[in-house]
Amino acid sequence: MSRNDASPQSDAADARRAELRRALAGVLPPSCLLFDAEQTAPFECDGLSAFRQAPLAVALPQTEAQVREVLHSCRRLNVPVVARGAGTGLSGGAMPSADGLVLSLAKLNRILDIDPVACTARVEPGVRNLAVSDAAAAFGLYYAPDPSSQIACSIGGNVAENSGGVHCLKYGLTVHNVLGVRGYTIDGEEVVLGGAALDTPGLDLLALAIGSEGLLMIVTEVTLRLIPKPKVAQVVMASFDDVVKAGDAIAAIIAAGIIPAGLEMMDRKATAAVEPFVRAGYDLGAAAILLAESDGTAEEVGDEIAGIERVLQAAGATRCTVSRSEAERLRFWSGRKNAFPAAGRVSPDYYCMDGTIPRKHLGHMLRAIEAMERKYALRCMNVFHAGDGNLHPLILFDAHREGEWDRADRFGADILELCVELGGTITGEHGVGIEKIGSMCVQFAATEREVFFGIKRAFDPAGLLNPGKAIPTLARCAEYGRMHVHDGQLAFAELPRF
Amino acid sequence: MEATLARLRERIAAAVAARTPLRPRGGGTKDFYAETLAGDVLDTREHHGILAYEPSELVITARCGTPLAEIEDALARQGQFLPFEPPAFGGEATIGGVIAAGLSGPRRASVGAARDFVLGAHLLDAHGDVLRFGGQVMKNVAGFDVARLLCGSLGVLGLITQVSLKVLPRPREEISLRFECGAVQALTMFQRWRAQPLPVSATCWHDGAAVARLSGSSSALRTACAALGGTPMNEADARAWWSSLREQTLDFFRNDETPLWRLSLPATASLDRSGGELIEWSGALRWLRSDAPAREIRALADALGGTAMLWRGARSASMFHPLAEVQRELHRRLKRQFDPHGVFSPGRMNEGW
Repeated sequence: MSRNDASPQSDAADARRAELRRALAGVLPPSCLLFDAEQTAPFECDGLSAFRQAPLAVALPQTEAQVREVLHSCRRLNVPVVARGAGTGLSGGAMPSADGLVLSLAKLNRILDIDPVACTARVEPGVRNLAVSDAAAAFGLYYAPDPSSQIACSIGGNVAENSGGVHCLKYGLTVHNVLGVRGYTIDGEEVVLGGAALDTPGLDLLALAIGSEGLLMIVTEVTLRLIPKPKVAQVVMASFDDVVKAGDAIAAIIAAGIIPAGLEMMDRKATAAVEPFVRAGYDLGAAAILLAESDGTAEEVGDEIAGIERVLQAAGATRCTVSRSEAERLRFWSGRKNAFPAAGRVSPDYYCMDGTIPRKHLGHMLRAIEAMERKYALRCMNVFHAGDGNLHPLILFDAHREGEWDRADRFGADILELCVELGGTITGEHGVGIEKIGSMCVQFAATEREVFFGIKRAFDPAGLLNPGKAIPTLARCAEYGRMHVHDGQLAFAELPRF
Repeated sequence: MEATLARLRERIAAAVAARTPLRPRGGGTKDFYAETLAGDVLDTREHHGILAYEPSELVITARCGTPLAEIEDALARQGQFLPFEPPAFGGEATIGGVIAAGLSGPRRASVGAARDFVLGAHLLDAHGDVLRFGGQVMKNVAGFDVARLLCGSLGVLGLITQVSLKVLPRPREEISLRFECGAVQALTMFQRWRAQPLPVSATCWHDGAAVARLSGSSSALRTACAALGGTPMNEADARAWWSSLREQTLDFFRNDETPLWRLSLPATASLDRSGGELIEWSGALRWLRSDAPAREIRALADALGGTAMLWRGARSASMFHPLAEVQRELHRRLKRQFDPHGVFSPGRMNEGW
């Protein structure tokens, strides 16, 4: 695990920077080009600040034509390109390459068109997620995927990561809500995938592009599906005295034929952390609380909420409260939506994990995390997109205390390995980036990783787009394997196994 | 490795060694869905069976040769279904074929396509490796989304040996409404509905009448029916009718003398130019019988922002709408990466490979 501080600049890097500077000066106005260390510093990391790297330069094009020209120049000079949206990503996907350019798409932030009849929005990649719904609200429409960072994160970043949110079980991920993208290969060739029509001929390259973490192409325009805003939404908040019971209650809701618009779970550590700040009215005596939301017409919601309550009570809920007003509904959600900031208030640092497991193993996973807390002597609070089986354990640590980050890092890797063991995945919605590159070796065999590289080569033969991210090389996996054994045997031999 | 899988693997190894093409095939119900059919049949039906199905997980995993009917029965027993309503085009259809074809039925516009419900897939590739992509969970962004790429790949990248699909509870109730009206009026109506939170799960216009299917709770359907008007259809008749649309057994689909075109267009594309005679997916799918030259129909689809597929009937042109050059090159390169010797289903999706 490296925390890459700016290395002393070699002459070669200087020469390269000068060459890039000359090339890009002809393409971009000076205000859109950053070369000096103090200017590029904010781009050294994304939302995962533990991983940092100073880039060679940062380009902030304002038009699609400029993006194409920048790509042309980088291709010609063989300079790696790391695309960046709002920089809110949590897997280090936008961490710069030392010898590369950060291509910020933040200035391509126009909503090009909202079609209230077709129910689509055409936007540039720098448009914020929430801005789409704000613009569509006038027509009674909205864009469904709602990552917690939706006030800041960009649609381009959402496409790169295939972002989710709290309403995925019913409304899907980014991949289900993007109709098409337009963009450029590193060779500067225009690629149009999908579009306003529902079927397109050939292989589903759109599915490949979404979630490709900036490794395949640079997206400059996205066509989004908008859906009618539900007339009513209500949420049930239920308390459980046992996490396994809470997990079983989730399965029971689904088994009853109900697909809630949102189905979230927080454990006691999470509710205890958020309650003092948001006063959501959480039951602090509960081992876990569930939030189950229903949306639709008043009749549908009435039926569904009654159904959810029945199931939760039968599943042993110790308390069940239904929101009586929109204000109360938002208050119930406020704690969940503020879980990450709350973690930041109760601990100097926190490390957010993002595995997914089959729902039936939620209880097992929570027990295992408790054991890991003892093993690594760190606390972990748990918020889950329980309906999707998507976990966000927040490992609390203090980076200024010797060894805590390393322990947090290994704690996280343990959780991810258990996710794979339970039939799940190492990332549900945050992406692999640089953070989970080691864990990819656990989830995928060398032959499978080679297919990923093959796809990468098909789109980006020179390997210039976000190199070193998302797919680990054989050497990297060998290294990961060694590190793991090494750590287990030497550094923490005194810690109990389970 | 299971014996049936091992046998498929041997066949592939032999084909690769001899450089003789293979074409994976389940029940063969979609043999027509091909640019050209070439290669020895690699029959997948021996490799069958549901591997995992837990209703509360909303996931079913099955081997490629599992009959679609078997899967639908298993789901129906638990009150669930495949929401994308894949057309079977015959009782022999297998789930591997359904996903390789990637076709979706009447519910497409409201719930999504086949690919939207693919969670994971195993691919037996030209090297004889079984590769696992995606998984059995709802959210999974580790690695490129190869499982979805395989959906609709028509067997050109390798053999899909098993798939995991997201399933959903069957709607509590359904009701279909019929509206006597012209196509223009129907399209306007579909468009008005799309922008409202209505439980419309499928629409169709054909032969002077629009039909809308509503799915949901009884209270929601009552409210929606009152808002929409129209004449409620008899439940059994409606079910049979939607099934005949999905399976293309309506008379409209039977006449094979005049080429049948399948136009995938923006739902709002103007009607007078597309001349759709049967409209599905709230306007996004239009069927057209026409003797007009292929290049005219394709130019029209291009101009309307969509594509045209020559679905059935005398083949005077390529089946699939041509790809843009950059896309074609990406396809060629991907094909080379997955299937370097060109063994799998050559020519099925694209002339030449």
